[in-house]
Amino acid sequence: MNPEAYESTFFLALRRLRVPLITLILIYAVSILGLTLVPGLDAEGNPSRMNFLHAFYFISYTATTIGFGEIPNAFSEPQRMWVTFCIYLSVIGWAYSIGALLALLQDQNFRNAVRLQRFGQAVRDMREPFYLVCGYGETGQLICRALDQLGLRAVVIEIDDRRVSQLDLHGHSADIPALTANARQPEILKLAGLTHQYCRGVIALTNDDGANLAIAISARLLAPELPALCRAETVETAANMASFGTRHIINPFDKFGRYLALALHAPAAYHLLEWLTAVPGTMVEPHRDPPRGHWILCGYGRFGKVLVSALEQENIPVTIIDHAPPPGESQRRWVRGDGSSAPALLEARIQDAVGIVASTNDDVNNLSIVVTARELNPRLFVVLRQNLQANQALFNAFESDFTVVPSQIVARECLAILTTPLLEPFLWQIKQRGESWASTLLDQLTGSFGWQAPTVWSVHIGAVEAPALMDWLGFAHAPAPLGDLLRNPHDRTEELQCRMLYLAREDQSTVMLPHRHTPVQAGDQLLLVGCRTARNDLALTLSNENTLEYVLQGREIPGGWVWEQFAQLCARLPRSEG
Amino acid sequence: MNLEKVIFGFFIVLAATLNFGFFIGDLDNPIHHDVYELFAAIVVNLIATVLKFGDRTHIGAIHLSTSLVADLQLIAAAMVWSYGAHVTDAGVTPEIIAKVVSLSGGALFANVVSVVILIAETIMQKR
Repeated sequence: MNPEAYESTFFLALRRLRVPLITLILIYAVSILGLTLVPGLDAEGNPSRMNFLHAFYFISYTATTIGFGEIPNAFSEPQRMWVTFCIYLSVIGWAYSIGALLALLQDQNFRNAVRLQRFGQAVRDMREPFYLVCGYGETGQLICRALDQLGLRAVVIEIDDRRVSQLDLHGHSADIPALTANARQPEILKLAGLTHQYCRGVIALTNDDGANLAIAISARLLAPELPALCRAETVETAANMASFGTRHIINPFDKFGRYLALALHAPAAYHLLEWLTAVPGTMVEPHRDPPRGHWILCGYGRFGKVLVSALEQENIPVTIIDHAPPPGESQRRWVRGDGSSAPALLEARIQDAVGIVASTNDDVNNLSIVVTARELNPRLFVVLRQNLQANQALFNAFESDFTVVPSQIVARECLAILTTPLLEPFLWQIKQRGESWASTLLDQLTGSFGWQAPTVWSVHIGAVEAPALMDWLGFAHAPAPLGDLLRNPHDRTEELQCRMLYLAREDQSTVMLPHRHTPVQAGDQLLLVGCRTARNDLALTLSNENTLEYVLQGREIPGGWVWEQFAQLCARLPRSEG
Repeated sequence: MNLEKVIFGFFIVLAATLNFGFFIGDLDNPIHHDVYELFAAIVVNLIATVLKFGDRTHIGAIHLSTSLVADLQLIAAAMVWSYGAHVTDAGVTPEIIAKVVSLSGGALFANVVSVVILIAETIMQKR
């Protein structure tokens, strides 16, 4: 149902309340009018009639079953007859009206309409940057958790009601507005803040390629400036998305295929890339490098195809085990059968193989394949595909060399793109520079920061992120060399626990691993890696004038006007004497 | 002919006529202003208000607001009347009835606007 239809539900609800309300008004009117007309007695026993105020008072407390008794005087017989009638009339009226109201509140359409309104209001009230996440599956959950840890807000659209209710259990530190709806509908996307001024990006992660495509189109047309990150599991969808200019298309299988190819010909570069893009809070485990030689691949599906072409690009012979080879695939070595059975593995010459890939879409099958294969050949390099996060315990228990979790690959990629846009050109440079360069850098970085996932962040030297430095550069006291900026603001003899990786100047020139004497200029973009405290300290240096002065010059600037004047006086005096 | 329109028009016009019936007469003469007529006007106005619930159009919104104004004025008039009749010792004096009638005069204006909108809406219908 689209928002328009939900809105009309409200009006329908109001219409449905017409009859109960009019019934109540009529019952009150008839009862009050009757009570003022029926003859009664006053305190002295003379005939009199009740006035409107008393009649309204009496009917109000009688109809709501409070019942104070006969006020102001004892009733006459005709009045008692009329009141008896009124009591039954009003009980029926209230029962009917309250019943109608409760039925309306229980109505599913009405409740959906209320929920939609609340969600829309929560999104409209957002006053800080947020990301629109479509699909709260495994990947969506990973991304929301990571965004939350990074202090960024998110809005979630998910089609499955159960997953939306899980959101409350995950204990995020900031509130994440969530809606159960189909993200294919542009109206829903708009309601969820696609055109909101604080929306910083759309992430389409549903497990339906068609839906992701629809979100990509909506984002392209309704918010062309906004970066859209879309998951695509088939080549056709990816090509379709690319055709109308979707900037970031993430195909987890294709991505892993490239990682594997990189790991085969440049293991250090691969390790560096893995370390830099790790999800915050996780540990990166260095694993042995994939060997060259004869490989076996079980399960020639979407993932299998990508991996076979990646391996063949590296000139590695692959034997494929699957039930039936598709037509036109006769040039490769095929073994028909089930990868989890020993005969098929033996037929594929498992004893001579150096590596095996279990790439079926069934977790139990994959585990069974690799357990059998390790028994036949314990030295095998194992690449294992994990389809469901729920099976994590099983995959932890088995020591594979690579575990491919599509949801984690997509989450990593998304976070890298969103939080540190400079990382992409840097990673591209890593691939260009060659193996020995990457190896040296990896040793340096992991030597100083360990294998724990590091904090990777970008800084833009501008009025928002670095007001103090902008002032400094504007008045041109002196250049601001990089090495001085990265000193500890609490004690400038120490250096911050971070390393500058990449510098992009306003004139499009770039510097890889800039030297400590490199001057920083206005408009520069810096990519840094290090620990979390270093990030906070650098932010302090860049935004606080006194700290900046101390870090660059080693001088404590006096705070306040009086001390400033005094300091200037002191600075002038020796000069005039000399 | 639409039965809903008949009932709708009936209540709007009846609200206006009852209101007018109460309003007409000398401003401060209690004999000219019957309290039962005020009661009937309030009840019919309330019903007319509820009938206007749930109309999404712009005209529907104006209809509802005029009705709410009339309700407010008439209920205020009834409260002034009961204050005069029961709280003060003097009873319904000419001063009190003048206040009640002028309040109902305001409600009458709102009801007239309602009727004008109704007529305009009817004329706009080409059939």
